[in-house]
Amino acid sequence: MPDQQPIIRVENLTCAYGPVVVLKEVSFDVQAGEVFVILGGSGCGKSTLLRHMIGLERPSTGRIWLDGTELTATEGAARQALMRTFGVAYQSGALFGSLSVLDNVLLPLIEFTTLDAAARNVVARLKLRQVGLEAYADYMPAALSGGMQKRAAIARALALDPRILFLDEPSAGLDPVTGAELDALIKRLASTLKLTFVVVTHELASIFAIADRALMLDKSAKGVIALDTPQTLRDHPPSAPVRRFFNRETE
Amino acid sequence: MSQATLNAENDVMTIAGRLDAAGAAGIWPAARAARASRVDASGIDYCDGAGAALLFELIQRGAKIDGLADGYATLLAELQPDQPLSTAPAPAHEPWVARLGGITAAVLASLRDRVSFIGDITIAVKTLLISPRRFRLGAAVQIAGSAGADALPIVALISFLLGVILAFQSAIPMKQFGAELFVANLVGLGLVRELSPLMTAVLLAGRTGAAFAAELGTMKTNQEIDALTTMGLEPMRFLVLPRLVAVTLMTPLLSVLAEVIGLFGGGLVLLTLDIPLKTAFAQVTQTVALTDYLGGLAKSAIFGFGIAAIGCWRGLRTGSGAQAVGEAATKAVVTSLVFLVVTDGLFALAYYYLGW
Repeated sequence: MPDQQPIIRVENLTCAYGPVVVLKEVSFDVQAGEVFVILGGSGCGKSTLLRHMIGLERPSTGRIWLDGTELTATEGAARQALMRTFGVAYQSGALFGSLSVLDNVLLPLIEFTTLDAAARNVVARLKLRQVGLEAYADYMPAALSGGMQKRAAIARALALDPRILFLDEPSAGLDPVTGAELDALIKRLASTLKLTFVVVTHELASIFAIADRALMLDKSAKGVIALDTPQTLRDHPPSAPVRRFFNRETE
Repeated sequence: MSQATLNAENDVMTIAGRLDAAGAAGIWPAARAARASRVDASGIDYCDGAGAALLFELIQRGAKIDGLADGYATLLAELQPDQPLSTAPAPAHEPWVARLGGITAAVLASLRDRVSFIGDITIAVKTLLISPRRFRLGAAVQIAGSAGADALPIVALISFLLGVILAFQSAIPMKQFGAELFVANLVGLGLVRELSPLMTAVLLAGRTGAAFAAELGTMKTNQEIDALTTMGLEPMRFLVLPRLVAVTLMTPLLSVLAEVIGLFGGGLVLLTLDIPLKTAFAQVTQTVALTDYLGGLAKSAIFGFGIAAIGCWRGLRTGSGAQAVGEAATKAVVTSLVFLVVTDGLFALAYYYLGW
């Protein structure tokens, strides 16, 4: 896919909080339809990178393009419209506690589509069916387990059929069977809808199950230390930190 | 980017174009009304989740989809179109007797919970008296700072205005009788016996009681209270007692400040009526007895204790979620205000019979 226009481009991204530099001159491309995994140890800046890619934080320097539009140079209504073209499922689920699971999925459909109420209901319930939560549509988020909340969050992120889906630690806290089902769902959505996934995760099993390419960040390097298919990274690790990560070795 | 189109002829419906949320929204009502038994989907060049949901509904209505491109057919098959969607169960209609019973049971449980909370406080205070070194003095001082010292500006402003308004409003009719001097008596007694303790307590209920409920409520939803409990640190001793002690001691002090500033405000109004501050002050000291002053302070301390206890109680009984925290803070303020009014009435009655 290298000849295609990348759907996400990150160029020389530097993120610093005061004197603390978290990421320094990070550059990479994500191709359309790809499942792109961001991995690395705790505190290496995975979540920081994700927060910049979804526009929650402004980089100190550097630029980010999403689907051909420069996120870092877009403001106001155009920025909001750009942010609606992708979906995000947060680590904790971040469901609205005052709305039922179904209403959480319905909210973006009510706000941003012209579907009538009956049609919206079908769309939302099918999203819940896709993540295996159809029977829990009328539950309040607080009544769901942590894993269920994550799946509900993915259903909500899928509501507007985005082209890019960002998932922050989707399989953390799930049992292996549910985690594997979620991985299968990600693969299916990527192949049938040509969705692009950017997934932050630690789970090795999940990385091998879903990732087309994996980008590895490192705390001491403050940036990218490897970018390749997970199989290549495991079999031919370019550096010691990568080898340790894939072989679960201690320092 | 062609929009979705729909043609219904005889028993065959032809859907073509781009079937995304906008496209599906445009043809959905017509598709629902058409009642065709066969759908020709070969002209669909894009179909996402919303489009697949439309085709799903048509299958549910008995139609057969033909000619859908393979990738989209897979997507549709994943939605299991042969399985009907589960619908929300109709809310059960309870007879009014059952609802009344439910409300009564909830009110009784809440009353019982209040009594047991007071019991818990009593036990914690007893433990504190036996081993006073376990009291978290540092935390109590910090809370006293935020509940007491930080409240000084707002208490001062409100008391000053209260004194000015009280003096001004009473001076107008009093002047008709040439009794301006007695405005000092009115302001003095009113502030010391009633208004300063009550106004300070109302401010504290809005400021500190709500803060306690929100703070403990958030701790509860974050499982911090659970963490304390499993570490063997009773929330009662660790969180509630320092708050109770700090606010119970701070409220009378704030009340005294409110009285002084209120009297000063009243004095300024009297100054404009050519009554010197010294005269006004002498008048107040003649009228206001020590029992009035001490009665006001005792009342203040009880108000403070109640506000802190209600704030903590509402916080510890918070449900989960952001909404529950907001609800806890609101209920803390409302319960505190009801408590203040009722307690103030009881004090008025008690002081009347005591002849104070």
